[in-house]
Amino acid sequence: MKKKKSSIRRSLGIGLGILFAFFVYAYGFQVTKVNLAETKSEHRQQQLFRILRALARPNIIEYEKEVFEVRVPVMIPCPADGFEPDPIEDTTQPYMVVTPSCSDPRTNVHVEGFNFEPLTRGPLNLAPFESGVNLQLANIEIDRFGHFEATVLLPNRPSDEAHEIIAITRRNVGSPKLTTTAYDTWDKIVETVFLALLATTLGVMIAIPLSFFAARNLMKDVTSSLLGISLSILLIPAGLLLGLQVADWSYQVSQALTGNMMMAVSGSVLSPVLVWFGLRWALPQQENRPPKTNVKFFRFAVMIVAAFIFIIFLYLLSFLLLTWGNALDKALGNFGFLGRFVRDLGDILNTVVRVIVALGVAGFFGSFAGRWGEALSRRKDSLSRAAHVLLAIAAGAALAIILMAITNWFYLFRDINLYYAYAGGVGAVLGLLASLRYKSTDAVPNGLILYYVARTIFNALRSVEALVMAIVFVVWVGIGPFAGSLALALHTIASLAKLYSEQVESIMAGPLEAVQATGANRLQTIVYAVIPQIIPPYISYTMYRWDINVRMSTIIGFVGGGGIGFLLQQNINLLNYRDASAQMIAIAIVVSIMDYISSVLREKYV
Amino acid sequence: MLKIQNLTKIYEGGVQALTDVSFEVPKGQFLAIIGLSGSGKSTLLRCINRLIEPTRGKIYWNDVDITDASDEELRRIRRKIGMVFQHFNLVHRSPVLTNVLAGRLGYVNPAWSLVNRFPKSDIENAYKQLERVGIADKAHHRADELSGGQQQRVGIARAMMQNPEIILADEPVASLDPVLAHSIMQYLEKINKEDGVTVLCSLHFLDLVHRYADRVVALNEGRLMFDGLPKDIDDAKFKDIYGREAERVG
Ligand SMILES: Nc1ncnc2c1ncn2[C@@H]1O[C@H](COP(=O)(O)OP(=O)(O)O)[C@@H](O)[C@H]1O
Ligand SMILES: [Mg+2]
Repeated sequence: MKKKKSSIRRSLGIGLGILFAFFVYAYGFQVTKVNLAETKSEHRQQQLFRILRALARPNIIEYEKEVFEVRVPVMIPCPADGFEPDPIEDTTQPYMVVTPSCSDPRTNVHVEGFNFEPLTRGPLNLAPFESGVNLQLANIEIDRFGHFEATVLLPNRPSDEAHEIIAITRRNVGSPKLTTTAYDTWDKIVETVFLALLATTLGVMIAIPLSFFAARNLMKDVTSSLLGISLSILLIPAGLLLGLQVADWSYQVSQALTGNMMMAVSGSVLSPVLVWFGLRWALPQQENRPPKTNVKFFRFAVMIVAAFIFIIFLYLLSFLLLTWGNALDKALGNFGFLGRFVRDLGDILNTVVRVIVALGVAGFFGSFAGRWGEALSRRKDSLSRAAHVLLAIAAGAALAIILMAITNWFYLFRDINLYYAYAGGVGAVLGLLASLRYKSTDAVPNGLILYYVARTIFNALRSVEALVMAIVFVVWVGIGPFAGSLALALHTIASLAKLYSEQVESIMAGPLEAVQATGANRLQTIVYAVIPQIIPPYISYTMYRWDINVRMSTIIGFVGGGGIGFLLQQNINLLNYRDASAQMIAIAIVVSIMDYISSVLREKYV
Repeated sequence: MLKIQNLTKIYEGGVQALTDVSFEVPKGQFLAIIGLSGSGKSTLLRCINRLIEPTRGKIYWNDVDITDASDEELRRIRRKIGMVFQHFNLVHRSPVLTNVLAGRLGYVNPAWSLVNRFPKSDIENAYKQLERVGIADKAHHRADELSGGQQQRVGIARAMMQNPEIILADEPVASLDPVLAHSIMQYLEKINKEDGVTVLCSLHFLDLVHRYADRVVALNEGRLMFDGLPKDIDDAKFKDIYGREAERVG
């Protein structure tokens, strides 16, 4: 009894499921405007054939053409005494015979040709006497024996003088040559591959460090007291600002040196040496007991000076690259792009130094804040408890105000000071709540928080197609491959950071534990236990991503991102299907080569 | 002197792996820790160098409270405690020498070690340690090219690079065949007797315990069931440790 009931219910469920699927697909057909009649219509099919035929004949090679014109006189109508053309002098050369050699207008005559270039074709024209125009009578096709026959209707052009019938045929001479389309396609496909290369390189360089933040197994052990976190939140923005300031100062110092080329060169040679010796002194290779405070202080001072000198060195280097790059550009002529590359490297260095210094000082402040907070919370006295609450309130307020400032940057609120006050208030309350939730000695899992933030950002970025990103970058840096590479790089960062971090999560935990047990710090653990394990999958994913980037870069030109897509889209819009075909073939070749290379390399490294 | 007081560990899922475990280990002792698998041996050893954070209880080492050490203090403590693992836990793709040098990471300056620069004396010492365990010729092989027994010797060399006062060995011979097991245990014994290093070693087989250990502690479901000399484990004690159904062999 029970069994029967359930089987009825099951068939009912299946029936409902089918009905539901029927509705879904019916609606799908409706919204996608499925139109079967259109695919069958004569006109549409002819369009399809046209495109397919054009695609089958890519515009890649062409021949030099030689044009033959063979003439024979004809009279319209026949004169009273008849008309007899001159006899053919040389019957080894191409010639034509018209029979009859004169006739009334709007009557048919028979034209026969001999000794033509076999298997060529062209128009058969009538050139009326002294009119200077050609009237096409027919299209002729020469057979294998150099012969053709055609019956043509004479037009209504009566005249006392003889007209001429002209056969125009072309034949290919010389060896095949590449078309301009082929050359353009080559140019653009090279651009495409390099666009993908740059995007991948940039993406990988940024994705590798970020991927560690998105790896749960590394981040879950990162904890800190709330005090440490509050202090970090307060000090890190200050560190960023100070870092930018330090970069500016160093830049000014380097500017003072660059006035004189000798000074610049000797400065950039001397400074790394100074830094090296400074670091050798300040960072002894091994120490068995903690150093005394005053030694610590001196070392710290030396390291700060060394860092400052090193920043100046980087600025000097960037200056030298810029100057030499420009000089090389002028001197090298055709190879000027090498000089321009050196110059651009200098320019990139100049920008990157600023960012790195800012991040470096912020990072230094952050770790300092963390340690200080840790030490304070371990005191477990009333001072540490008070700091625990007060700093949490301040940090909450500061964080909220920073977030509000970012929001304001997008929305440009009118009454921003009021908004800041609100945000600060809410943040302070949240900070207070956090300080009540955690005791001053509790470990807050800030690593996991960072992990979730990183994951969320990567997932959000990954869900935006690179094509859409390219539109934003085209607006920023203008149409061209540069916009395309930036967009692809951004997308690469998001997706690789995710893939990489999954690899970090799947490493063997044993070696990690073993290295930690020796007393290694977090960075040492990563270098000695994590990195050796992730090198093969990282290489494999990098190749995989380059492959994807080559594919993407072939179409990123559709939205102005440079590469071959730009050319392809143009030709499709102008209905130059034979040119478009050349580009499609180029894409197919490059993508399959990339596919092959990346699969071979991946196999090798995994 | 290592003093463990009322050590309790409750894992996140609620598993109580250790309950109120207390004992002391004098300097230079070879202590065996026995118990069924799942009885908490690994957890106990990992609490000592805080690879696992204890839930409650104290661990004193020379009167320093390990459970209360800051990150920096913990690094200094850990570098004096070598650890040897059942599955060796070498970094497979790195050369043997690098694996051994990793034992110095707690001593050397982090900045230099990140670019793989170690003091000359450390590198010489690494070769010496490899020689001591009889695989000096393998220094430049990749770790995963070595056999299980050889890998465990690398593991011991790595621990010895730390110039340790204590060695924690978590079933160091459980994945080796009996002949190799004895050779590895002999190395540990030598380290214990010649260098005066305290050894805490969890073991599966009682014959190994009788042969090598000065003293035994036994765990059953996270509780300390026995603390005494190996020869004092009689049949009644045996059943306490290993359960009613267990049969004594050998
Ligand atoms: N990371 C962990 N999370 C949760 N439970 C664990 C974890 N590690 C071990 N356990 C549990 O703790 C108990 C003791 O495990 P363990 O210390 O590995 O025992 P042994 O080393 O003696 O075999 C077992 O019940 C085990 O399932
Ligand atoms: Mg175990």
